[in-house]
Amino acid sequence: MKEHIIVRVIASILIPFIQLYALYVIAHGEIGPGGGFQGGVIFSASIILYVLAFGMEEARSRISQKMSDLLSSTGALIFAIIGLLCILAGGSYLEYDQLPLGTPKLASHLGIYGIEIGIGITVAAVLITIFFEMAGRKDD
Amino acid sequence: MIDFMLLFFLVILAIAAISMKDLLSAIIILSAYSLIMAVVWVRLNAVDVAFTEAAVGAGITTVLLIAALSRTKRRERTSPQPAIQKQKSMTRNSILSFIVVMVTGAVLVYGTIDMPDFGDPDAPANLHVADRYIEKSYEETGIVNFVTAVLASYRGYDTLGEVMVIFAAGIGVVLLLRRKREQ
Repeated sequence: MKEHIIVRVIASILIPFIQLYALYVIAHGEIGPGGGFQGGVIFSASIILYVLAFGMEEARSRISQKMSDLLSSTGALIFAIIGLLCILAGGSYLEYDQLPLGTPKLASHLGIYGIEIGIGITVAAVLITIFFEMAGRKDD
Repeated sequence: MIDFMLLFFLVILAIAAISMKDLLSAIIILSAYSLIMAVVWVRLNAVDVAFTEAAVGAGITTVLLIAALSRTKRRERTSPQPAIQKQKSMTRNSILSFIVVMVTGAVLVYGTIDMPDFGDPDAPANLHVADRYIEKSYEETGIVNFVTAVLASYRGYDTLGEVMVIFAAGIGVVLLLRRKREQ
């Protein structure tokens, strides 16, 4: 689809808005429908659109294999480390309100915010990896 | 009324998806199925689930299935048996499977008779912890949307497990496909 100028222009207009929407969904998981899973999926959809419009090589030069591998584990680690920080702060695993961040309610809020971001990173990176591995094998 | 129409569409799409020999068409039909399913979730006031169904079921799963299809054949393989023998075994198989499906369906319908009405406040599912989640989740977690409060706080371990499952799926795909390419 590389020679289709209309597809490429429309995709390059749409992709920033899709990614902004993905971040909105992750950030607003606490007050509306959505959260890390949905936001991560929407973010990976924007990358898939990029691959469809601009090709695999171009996309790989933006998000290298190493980067997507690293991000998939980073998100899961953020989740697990926030859980461990709760133990260090004197609570049990994933007991966010023990975190030393102002009031217990605020600490819980921020802890949940943190794990939502972690979930979003992992989901987006894993789905991008799966898509790259499955679609990017024309050469063999 | 609209609920019955949606249910009707779901049944039609499900039958179409399994009877389709062209796998690409079957994938597109499954995508439409997920989209209607998302509407059903909205009708049941489960917007978080509807959101997930629309994003994952109708969106990403379709793309991934098409990507998987690009690595195999588009049409289902027909069995290499001779036509007459195939006909005979087909009828026997279909009678047998029809009986199994009817018995299972009858048992399931019999099971639904004892179930509480939809949205019944006295149903066992609504008497256990739901009240606490609805009344106390904002005080205890500081989160307005109590679906997120349940997922991230009350059921935090489950969500951690889900993230690990997704991560493991990614690692599985990398191990299976990437090593083969490098050889």
